[in-house]
Amino acid sequence: MVEIVSKSSAGGREYITFRIGDQYFCIDIMSVREIRGWTPATTLPHAPGYVRGVINLRGIVLPIIDLADRLGFSATEPTARHVIIVAQTGKQVVGLLVDAVSDIIAMAADKVQPTPDVGSDAARAFVLGVMAIEDRMISLIALESVMPALVGEAA
Amino acid sequence: MDAMQAIRETFFQECEEQLGELETGLLSMQEGAADSETVNAVFRAVHSIKGGAGAFKLDKLVKFAHVFETTLDKIRNGAMEPSPPVMKSMLRAADVLADLVTISRDGGAFDDARSNELIGELNAHCEDKAPAAAAPAPEPKTEEEAEENPFAALGWEPVTISLEPDINEYVINFKPKPELYAKGNEATRLMRELSRLGSLTVQCEIADVPLLANLEPEQSYLAWHATLRTEQDIDSVRAIFEFVDDDCQLDVEKVEPDISAPPLEPVAEVEEAQEAQEAAPVETAVLAVEEQRAVAEAAPLAAASKAEAKPDAAASAAQNTIRVDLDRVDRLINLVGELVINQAMLTQRVLEAGAVKNANIATGLDDLEHLTREIQESVMAIRAQPVRPLFQRMSRTVREIADATGKNVRLKTEGEGAEVDRTVIERLADPLTHMIRNAVDHGLERPDARIAAGKAPQGEVKLSAAHKSGRVVIEISDDGRGIDRARVKATAINKGLIPADAVLSDSEIDNLLFLPGFSTAEKITNISGRGVGMDVVKRSIQALGGRISITSRPGLGSTFSMSLPLTLAVLDGMVVRVADQTLVVPLNSILETMKPKTSEVYGLGPDSQVIGIRGGFTPLIDVGYQLGFRYERCDPMQGVALLIETEGGYRSALMVDAIQDQRQVVIKSLESNYGHVDGIAAATILGDGRIALILDTDAIVNASSGRNSPSDMLLAG
Repeated sequence: MVEIVSKSSAGGREYITFRIGDQYFCIDIMSVREIRGWTPATTLPHAPGYVRGVINLRGIVLPIIDLADRLGFSATEPTARHVIIVAQTGKQVVGLLVDAVSDIIAMAADKVQPTPDVGSDAARAFVLGVMAIEDRMISLIALESVMPALVGEAA
Repeated sequence: MDAMQAIRETFFQECEEQLGELETGLLSMQEGAADSETVNAVFRAVHSIKGGAGAFKLDKLVKFAHVFETTLDKIRNGAMEPSPPVMKSMLRAADVLADLVTISRDGGAFDDARSNELIGELNAHCEDKAPAAAAPAPEPKTEEEAEENPFAALGWEPVTISLEPDINEYVINFKPKPELYAKGNEATRLMRELSRLGSLTVQCEIADVPLLANLEPEQSYLAWHATLRTEQDIDSVRAIFEFVDDDCQLDVEKVEPDISAPPLEPVAEVEEAQEAQEAAPVETAVLAVEEQRAVAEAAPLAAASKAEAKPDAAASAAQNTIRVDLDRVDRLINLVGELVINQAMLTQRVLEAGAVKNANIATGLDDLEHLTREIQESVMAIRAQPVRPLFQRMSRTVREIADATGKNVRLKTEGEGAEVDRTVIERLADPLTHMIRNAVDHGLERPDARIAAGKAPQGEVKLSAAHKSGRVVIEISDDGRGIDRARVKATAINKGLIPADAVLSDSEIDNLLFLPGFSTAEKITNISGRGVGMDVVKRSIQALGGRISITSRPGLGSTFSMSLPLTLAVLDGMVVRVADQTLVVPLNSILETMKPKTSEVYGLGPDSQVIGIRGGFTPLIDVGYQLGFRYERCDPMQGVALLIETEGGYRSALMVDAIQDQRQVVIKSLESNYGHVDGIAAATILGDGRIALILDTDAIVNASSGRNSPSDMLLAG
């Protein structure tokens, strides 16, 4: 099931794939710091709906983004089986709440196809591209766009 | 390039320290302590700055430091008296030097006129007091010293190629006394300096070295014979030993050069000579066993390093310090914060599991708790720094303001050793400067007015720091005229801050000074009137988690007293429940807590409520509603009201559901990964490992009512 491509293959990158509902998504493994189970979050006042709150990640105040809600699906009802992917872009670290993590895949950069022109605004804004693995389509998440704006909200 | 940058940074760090030493030394000289120890410390500070500056080609700095140094030298060798006018120039020169250092580091234009003026002033002092014959010839020395240092920093030496036959040869006999090492000097360094003048051959005389058993580690046994061939004259050769003149036997003799000698350039020979000389101490013990050899080798070194600390030890306690990157300390503090939380969690879990009946486990948990507390306190202490440098900066402020206002002021400081978190010190600088300016500009009278009032013409501003019940209290008091309450009240009425018929107590009038938009200055001077007033000071102090109060006695002076937390990493908070959320309210903003009774709560308009407290009315704010945790306002009778005071003295009652606990919490930033949240100051982690938000009471109050004017507050209070 996992297609193993040696590191030396041209432009090859590794991705972590995960599931939300019945769709598959992935992010670059280099931006993933760790994966952990769901723990109840402390609600933040005046936060957008997709921000579930903050949790304590060994002393770091980690905001949790409900990726399903962010992508336009219905909000997740988190259980102990849900998973938080701790991801970093720049200096900002956030937790992405997803249904389940499935695989690590390797994919040459030229195998990532542009996002098909669909009607969903969320899909166009948050999906960088798609790739085909066996009989599945996996959407590559644009991590920077998913995260709540750091400075914008502060100002 | 990076290495150079790092050296540069170290240089400026050291400059800060030297400037501190300089200021301390000059101040004690001004107080009359002109002993050689103090004068030497001052001289050393200026000299080190000059030396370093030369290495980085900071010419202006070198030039100024040089004149300064020359003047100090006059005092050091007794050619000049440290009279009050001289000391005044010295202190101003120290200020200019500090400015030059800052500008050299951060860039920016410097007022050349000011430094030139002081150079002139210092030179004038020199010429006044010094006999004409002893007038210095500073030029050759500056050039030489300024130039030799850059090479030292770059690690190479200039090779002087001269075909001129105009070469002098000197024979130098040099025997250090133990004091030379005791003052932190080193023979090696002096020889190295010599070798820069030209071609040098050095021989180390080891005949006096006793057997190991008789060897006194702090004695000096070695002597050197050097032959130097150089273009320089004998004065330049002697100049090298200038610093150690009294601590060695030195003979410099000019001999007729051997015509057949090769021209200057035998760098290899110099190197060799240096090597031989450096190896000399080892040779003395060459027959001894390994350990003894190490002892012998280490002896001069130990003596030197021990002595290096000695001069400073006189000024302050001997400092064994290391430089540590602040990030590392902060990481450690974070980790310890974690440890504290984990320890609390562990205890809670064990309690839940009912294992406390086991005495061993209970004891173990207690020990762990003590240990973690102790670690936490020790780690917090790393960030703590004495307030001394801050106070030293203030003495400069006082001088400047005194000069500008024509007042005669003396700053007295107390408790400079009190330690506070570094950040608190940094953020205290501005408010403190402002208050000092106020004290001198508004508080103190002019000398003639003071004499008329039967006081000494010299005013006194006292700055003190002391630890009191886990906080540091900083007080600024002056012996000036005190607050003119009638004028303050009139001003407040004029500016519409209070109603014309308001009846206020003395302390209420004093506190009017903290109202936004209040300034008693009759004319806006560039000293105190910068558009910011005491309200800004109060806000900065509150932002640090502190409180400020004022007491004043007419004709006798005023005292501003600030109570500040020792650290910003932890905060005393009240843990409360609001709409199923746990929140922390900073304890320093809470005046009192109460359970509202039906008879005290009144509706005001469609959706506002006020609570009557001792005859006044204070707005009630439902925290849960304000933060959007619930959409219906709670019933005040079911909750607890926290009476808080915000910036500018507004009072409000915050409604929460219940008070859970009162404890110290570790402050965590929300901004780093998320962003600012209105009404929330920061986050913290509670004993159960969950995150709780720390309330920003000011923001909550402001959000609930953007319309409070200062007069509302006073009537409400």
